[in-house]
Amino acid sequence: MPWNRRHLLTVEDLSIAEIDQIHATAAVFKKQLQHSVKKLPALRGKTIVNFFLEPSTRTRMAFEMAAKRLSADVVSLDAASSSTQKGETLRDTAQNIQALNADLIVIRHSASGSPLYLSRILNIPVINAGDGSHEHPTQGLLDTFTMKEHLGSLAGRKVVILGDILFSRVARSNIHALTKMGAAVTLVGPSTLVPDWFTDFGVTVAHDLKTALADAEVVMLLRIQHERQAASHFPSLGEYTGMFGLNKTRASWLNPKAIIMHPGPINRGVEIDSDLADGSRSVILEQVSNGIAIRMAALYLCSGGQPELVEAG
Amino acid sequence: MPALWIANARVIDPAARRDARGNVFVRDGRIVTSLSAAEKKQAQMIDGTGLVACPGLVDIHVHFREPGQTHKETIATGSRAAAAGGFTTVVCMPNTSPPADNAGTIQFIKDAVLRDAVVRVLPTGCITVGMKGQALAPIGSLRQAGVVAITDDGDCVQSNELMRRAAEYARMFGLPIMDHCQDQAMTKGAVMNEGIMSTRLGLSGWPNAAEDIIVSRNAILSAYTGAHIHLQHISSKLSVELIRRAKADGLRITAEATPHHITFTDRELAGYDTSFKMNPPLRTEEDRRAIVAGLRDGTIDCICTDHAPHTDYEKDREFDYAPNGIIGLETSLPATLEALYRKGKFKLSHVVDLMTRRPAAILGLQGGSLAEGVPADICLFDPDESWRYDSRNGFSKSGNSPWHGKTLRGRVKATLVGGRVVFDGAAIA
Repeated sequence: MPWNRRHLLTVEDLSIAEIDQIHATAAVFKKQLQHSVKKLPALRGKTIVNFFLEPSTRTRMAFEMAAKRLSADVVSLDAASSSTQKGETLRDTAQNIQALNADLIVIRHSASGSPLYLSRILNIPVINAGDGSHEHPTQGLLDTFTMKEHLGSLAGRKVVILGDILFSRVARSNIHALTKMGAAVTLVGPSTLVPDWFTDFGVTVAHDLKTALADAEVVMLLRIQHERQAASHFPSLGEYTGMFGLNKTRASWLNPKAIIMHPGPINRGVEIDSDLADGSRSVILEQVSNGIAIRMAALYLCSGGQPELVEAG
Repeated sequence: MPALWIANARVIDPAARRDARGNVFVRDGRIVTSLSAAEKKQAQMIDGTGLVACPGLVDIHVHFREPGQTHKETIATGSRAAAAGGFTTVVCMPNTSPPADNAGTIQFIKDAVLRDAVVRVLPTGCITVGMKGQALAPIGSLRQAGVVAITDDGDCVQSNELMRRAAEYARMFGLPIMDHCQDQAMTKGAVMNEGIMSTRLGLSGWPNAAEDIIVSRNAILSAYTGAHIHLQHISSKLSVELIRRAKADGLRITAEATPHHITFTDRELAGYDTSFKMNPPLRTEEDRRAIVAGLRDGTIDCICTDHAPHTDYEKDREFDYAPNGIIGLETSLPATLEALYRKGKFKLSHVVDLMTRRPAAILGLQGGSLAEGVPADICLFDPDESWRYDSRNGFSKSGNSPWHGKTLRGRVKATLVGGRVVFDGAAIA
């Protein structure tokens, strides 16, 4: 089946077949990355602009490395050094980037819906690297890719996402990917950060950690996003850790083979015990590594590459 | 001025409980019951066949942006949009730049109205100095300058103490207070209704409760002070219920609803289209139905547009950063007909009432009637004509409308102010 999508804006829009295609393409790229010569010629001569209007370490580096592994030229632009500081609108900045002959734009923005807005203005592909509290599709895709590597098919698997769901774009992209793949998703956290409206996504909302974690095969922790919250969402980080932080005792409630995930950045001692973050069940760094392969797949497919060609090569 | 004769129209005059085929006669700019044979011969004749003739529409909630934001709208352009929408009387909100919080600014507006307006444009003044919610504006001198109400529309007065004193003080002049009901601490950064859709879209939510609390506050203050408080653009189900209760208790509370809140819900926001971004936000189907029910049983008194012009370049940006508000004057009648008359099965005369007599009555304005001797402010419309609305070719200076490009049913064919045709169905005369 050919890949027909120009933009990668949300996981919500993707079909299960498209998710599988991205995962399959990433798997091939991941194998390539293990060779001593890591570079592929797929995007030679293309220019990719990383337009990051919000801070990022992992995502931005992973997109840069992914683009370079595919032999593309990469230009990075952030809020501090762009003309948005001088009052230029997003539309104007983006049109200028296009006029400079970029072939694809990767955007991170604090305002939800901005990548969709850009995709309507520009003639070049747009990849969403995280928009506000809305979606972070490549993260959802790399997380489910990582889960599949450990568990095989995700159908019927119990996945718990624990933490600040309300403000989390990572949670939303994972929820969409996991529910499409047939996993049984439970969201846990303080009621102010996990409102019941999430049940509309086809997931279970819970506030009792013990029941929620029982027999879970995956637990994904999310950072408490102080920067997005009004002061009133919960009393203190200390109380959060006391009620919802993952420690050894609570980890023992999980399925014995369960994996522990976190999209980063982690706050050690807040949402997760330091030992657990570094322990044998943690796949946090694997997620980061897989991030490159997934972003290579996203860049490759949105640039017009076809999944079969990768597999053949 | 020659006499004028609208012949063979369906004449709807809610104040007189009139809804029948007939004539409307105008002499010297006023409604008369008949013309002499000689006058009829010379009269300007308008064929009303297939059309409704009703009092000119009245909108007590519009933003004309003058002074200070004339790149969005002016009294000249806003009043032309009003005329094209069948409106003959509109009431301007005072959130201009500077805000209309003193007699001098009111005089400036009145001068502009005299010079530029093609319909009756009436000013309101601020409740508080600079609309900052900290100190009472000079309400007495605003009254003397000619405001028809006071309001901090857009910025709800947060202090209950200040609102109480404003209500008490304004009552002395018989001046209604219009309030935009919003608890600001509960809506910091909010850009849409809070609920399933805001959760899906990852946008910050504006809870119904933030409106309901201020609606309750205002009912309580009206009960305590005896002041008339008018509640603007009601959007929440519980607010409708609270107003119903307040009215049952005999309180001096009135309320309005907008065409957009009875037409759309927050489902429209799925594509982050900023032409559906306004404050208060579009809410759920349950809320929408409750507002329609409130209009049906009289809990909500009238339709107002909250006509809020913004330029393309202001609205065309990230959803979070686009300003709130949409224009509405040129689409209000067809949109309201669609929501209430066609879908809601209201009588046509009921819809006309909600857009004429009742809004005028809230502020004690002239207008909203075809009684003998009143100035001949008349709207003539075809309730069934379909037409495609292009907001960029409208009379407003701005085009920020969620109805842009849509096919509407019901079209204004003429608007008369004081017996003079100011809009002939195509152009401003």
